[in-house]
Amino acid sequence: MAEAAPLVARLTGVGLRYGEVAALEKVDLELPGGVMVGLIGPDGVGKSSLLALVSGARKAQTGRIEVFGGDLRDRNFRDKVQPRIAYMPQGLGRNLYQTLSVEENVDFFGRLFGQGRAERSARIDELLTATGLAPFRKRSAAKLSGGMKQKLGLCCALIHDPDLLILDEPTTGVDPLSRRQFWALIASLRARRPGMSVLVATAYMEEAERFDWLVAMDAGQIVGTGTAAALKAHTGRATLEQAFIRLLPEDRRREHHALVIPPRGDAGDGWAIEAEGLTERFGDFTAVDHVSFSIERGEIFGFLGPNGCGKTTTMKMLTGLLPPKEGRALLFGREVEAGNLETRKQVGYMSQAFSLYGELTVAQNLELHARLFHLAPQRVAPRCAELTEGFGLGPYADMPAAGLPLGIRQRLSLAVAVVHEPPLLILDEPTSGVDPIARDHFWALLAKLSREQGVTIFISTHFMNEAEHCDRVALMDAGRVLAGDTPAALRAARGAASLEEAFIACLEEAAQASPTQAAIAPSAPVAAAAPLDRTPKPGGFSLARMLSISHRESLELLRDPIRLAVALVGALVLMFVLGFGVSMDVENLRFAALDRDRSPESRAYIDNIAGSRYFVQRPAIRDVADLERRMSAGELAVAIEIPPNYGRDLRLGRHPEIGVWVDGAMPFRGETARGYLRGMHSEYIVALATEATGTTPELMPTEIALRYRYNQDFRSIYAMVPAVLPLLLIFIPAILMALGVVREKELGSITNFYVTPVTRLEFLLGKQVPYVVVSMISFFALVLQAVFVFDVPIKGSFAVLTLGTLLYVTTTTSFGLLMSTFTRTQIAALFGTAILTMLPTVQFSGLTTPVDSLQGPAYWIGQFFPASYYLVLCRGVFTKALTFSDLTVQFAALAAFIPVLTATSAALLSKQEK
Amino acid sequence: MGNGRLGNIYRLGVKELRSLWADKALLVLIVWAFTGAIYSAAKGVSQELRNAPVAVVDEDRSPLSQRMTGALTPPYFKPPTRIEFREMDRYMDHGRVTFAIVIPANFQRDLAAGHRPAVQVNIDATQMAQSFIGAGYIQSIFAAEINEYLTGSRESADPPIRLATRVRYNPNLIGYWFGGVMEVINLVNMITIILVGAAFIREREHGTLEHLLVMPLTPVQIMVAKIWANGLAVLLCTAFALLAVVQGVLGVTITGSIPLFLCGSAVYLFSAGSIGIFLGTIARSMPQFGLLFILTIIPLQMLSGGVTPRESMPQIIQDIMLAAPTTYFVRMAQAILYRGAGFDVVWRDFVGIAVIGAVFFALALARFRRSVTLTQI
Repeated sequence: MAEAAPLVARLTGVGLRYGEVAALEKVDLELPGGVMVGLIGPDGVGKSSLLALVSGARKAQTGRIEVFGGDLRDRNFRDKVQPRIAYMPQGLGRNLYQTLSVEENVDFFGRLFGQGRAERSARIDELLTATGLAPFRKRSAAKLSGGMKQKLGLCCALIHDPDLLILDEPTTGVDPLSRRQFWALIASLRARRPGMSVLVATAYMEEAERFDWLVAMDAGQIVGTGTAAALKAHTGRATLEQAFIRLLPEDRRREHHALVIPPRGDAGDGWAIEAEGLTERFGDFTAVDHVSFSIERGEIFGFLGPNGCGKTTTMKMLTGLLPPKEGRALLFGREVEAGNLETRKQVGYMSQAFSLYGELTVAQNLELHARLFHLAPQRVAPRCAELTEGFGLGPYADMPAAGLPLGIRQRLSLAVAVVHEPPLLILDEPTSGVDPIARDHFWALLAKLSREQGVTIFISTHFMNEAEHCDRVALMDAGRVLAGDTPAALRAARGAASLEEAFIACLEEAAQASPTQAAIAPSAPVAAAAPLDRTPKPGGFSLARMLSISHRESLELLRDPIRLAVALVGALVLMFVLGFGVSMDVENLRFAALDRDRSPESRAYIDNIAGSRYFVQRPAIRDVADLERRMSAGELAVAIEIPPNYGRDLRLGRHPEIGVWVDGAMPFRGETARGYLRGMHSEYIVALATEATGTTPELMPTEIALRYRYNQDFRSIYAMVPAVLPLLLIFIPAILMALGVVREKELGSITNFYVTPVTRLEFLLGKQVPYVVVSMISFFALVLQAVFVFDVPIKGSFAVLTLGTLLYVTTTTSFGLLMSTFTRTQIAALFGTAILTMLPTVQFSGLTTPVDSLQGPAYWIGQFFPASYYLVLCRGVFTKALTFSDLTVQFAALAAFIPVLTATSAALLSKQEK
Repeated sequence: MGNGRLGNIYRLGVKELRSLWADKALLVLIVWAFTGAIYSAAKGVSQELRNAPVAVVDEDRSPLSQRMTGALTPPYFKPPTRIEFREMDRYMDHGRVTFAIVIPANFQRDLAAGHRPAVQVNIDATQMAQSFIGAGYIQSIFAAEINEYLTGSRESADPPIRLATRVRYNPNLIGYWFGGVMEVINLVNMITIILVGAAFIREREHGTLEHLLVMPLTPVQIMVAKIWANGLAVLLCTAFALLAVVQGVLGVTITGSIPLFLCGSAVYLFSAGSIGIFLGTIARSMPQFGLLFILTIIPLQMLSGGVTPRESMPQIIQDIMLAAPTTYFVRMAQAILYRGAGFDVVWRDFVGIAVIGAVFFALALARFRRSVTLTQI
């Protein structure tokens, strides 16, 4: 049957490398269409890479990939075929927008594919009903359980009726009940659309048994293909898991031994953990509701339950990370306290997230933790060697942890957790996403720790075969423990054949008891889908798609009111502070006099200076040493020395000389102070002569009339307030924008850009629009503040200013966007934007010194920096009443930045992952 | 290193340095900041009068008016542009010139006849830094030219009181003496807050902070380790920037003791690092941290006395800025580096920086555990 169907994809000689490591090597593969194809294999063998390549999210480095009969390297073909493919990447809800609601997430994908309002709403209703998410349509994706997230991801993938659905480990980290519902859902969808091909990677062999056709992979190569039955027959093994192991090359197979956990000896000597009525609430949500249980010393205690049922929270309370709101927890008979370092030494903890330092090597991670746990110095090296050996980490010792396959990283995490030989291990889903071989290996290590060293192990898991290994298990749901006993007793109590069935029966019973819990049975048949207009949209720019990106970005922005408020209010506060604070007026200069004469004349001279608004008099200087000290401490900006006999010499016309010391540490202030003193000195002489002779003498044979224009009062505020606008309208928009793309890269939702028909320009401009709008709102608020609070009127046309500002904020957001496409981490984007906007804006854009007076690199940076032009525009409109025709150069320059920056961003942004 | 608290702090710090070393993009930016940025800021920007654009409307066209025009020379002024009177407004409106000088017709003749003709100097007062100083320069240059024309001597008659002004610490008022060092301070400020704060948020987002908290480590040790490691990196960069870039390439004579300044910087780095962590405990995500950072850094940079003199600011701003460690740091840096002040003069600033740093450290510590549970991705 599979052979008869047309091929959905054909790979010829496909290779992919990440730096040194080859992910795929010369893969040749033909995938049959219209069926469910499974990809199986250990971690890090290239399953995800293969799926990403077929979906078009990643670019093949070598070889040829054909999907639906066309070559994916051909961009036009890719654009055309992309709407027929849907891709759900690995990781729970990784391609979802966490702050958006269920409905908004699906709606966004509908918009991307150009569906009209009516069509979208019909499809959303249908999909949400089918997946049982309908009651939760207003809930944000972040608050969904893992299983619900995966269903939502499926809705998003299915909104455009794809012909090829690609799912990368969709059920990893999902509890058994949700997993079962998920596959039932897929089955019903396929029943409705028989032509649809499904390509799935999975780590669960029992799931793979049910697929139509399988591809077994190892070390970047295909080791076998065919139906499950054919694979088993070919290898002569009874189960798929064994068949797969049989397919592995000889040396890999040797690593694997059947897992046997020896039975536990005599019941332990007392309790390792006693939890009594533990309760934790976050706001009005009760995460853990009066949970009580006890674990014996030396026991392996399993913790099962759906995602989000409170397992992790309970574990955190036991480690002391979270103080319980009610109840208490005892470790080895002593109460857990957050600050108690002694209890921590008794516990080894592995959190759900991979929490090692990725940039450190395996050996460095081990050593760091050995030392942090205060192993005796002479024990550190032997203990690290012992663990490296025992956990099979030898070959990886000098590799950075971040690049290791998941299974190896989990082993390292466990090694780190036991480095100090704790009597208790708390392990939160340590094997999620780890392949069967690595998992068996991991459990063998646990068994050794428990049975040989008497370590108590408290472990949570979604794998039922792992739960079977535990001495006792507890079932948790919605913050409560439903049942707890040995696996055999639990099976017996429910009369179930397997632990999984017993577990599901338990959960279903609980779900019926509380109707608010998702009664998420796969739905009955739904009305046939509305026909979808398949005519491919003409290529090129689509306003609708751009707006759908803008719409989503705006929603995300609105969901973070703190950020929005800080951006708007923060700008006003900053303008207020800077407008008042940054002043080029040099006033209140502190001066003191060393009066060696102490005559009426000398006092008159000093009083003249003290009387001006520019100077503030400080206590008189006693002697030269005092002068020295006070100037060097910066207490005095100016010191005046009046020589002995000044008064007498003046009366006798002997031209006495007054000495002035100006602090030149701040050149601008020094220069201005010197100017003031000279001016006042001349005026003083004129005044003396006028008093003496009755006529005003002319010091100069001509008059030099100074006319201060635009700012007659010569008040800084009129110059500064318009100058604050360019400052604030670059920093805040650029920083807001700078995380726009890079955050999607870090968090994973960038994949949606890779696999949907959105073009680079639509993506960039769509993201930019909301931030331009926010910046314009900020601009209006700032102008209102300038006019009504600072009393700085706009002499020119407000319309011209608005238009100029629109160009400017578009430029500054484009700059942030460029930083965002250019960098790989949020931290670098933030840092780069700050460094590259702050200095040029404050120093090179004419804020304090005109650009034309700059020299060297500063001049050229100033010439090519948007703030330089906007500053002229802003000051021009505010203080000089300049019109549009006066400012054509500035408008042209600002407008020219936009296409250049956007084109650079587009060139740096790749439509496929490389 | 022993196995005590100091041992933990040391080892966590070494881990921090390794992480920093692994982020090459960040390293490139830091290197550029401490070399290129400082150089271009110091060399390019001078708040004193330099290359001021000036236009002259010479309606006299006499030898004297030409001499006066010719006397406006670099480095203070750009070679003057000769324009017509009707063009003047346009030149000034567009900000193409800061000064437009009008020498009226028959100026030389009227002057010789003792009629006191007037020269008009139009000044763009929105260019706050240049306009006042430039006007003074133009006045004295013209006075000297006219005196020389009339009397043969550039000096005017001996005034009844002479004034001898001497500028201390930077006798020629060279701008980049100031700009270079102030840029170093700005960078120290910016880089420390970002590095420490963002490193904190990153550990929170990646879950490694939680991991540290289940080990026998206290929040104090984790915070101190972050501060010392990032601080050390910044301190080394600062020393390099001062010795190699400011003293070496720019040729600024630093009068004071560089070791004393570096000690002060070390105290400041503690303070800035504490502010960084404090911001990191308030922000729930990296985007929020970015905004908080901007809101913090702008006032710290613009109002601490490094850009404009503190005494020109309104009293209220001066008082508020007393709560910012940067104010003391700028004052201390100026005192040590320009004026050669010793510890006896600047010890108060050391204390100020340390006390404010301790307050932020305590605030961050109080929020530490709570912030771990607030992480929002």
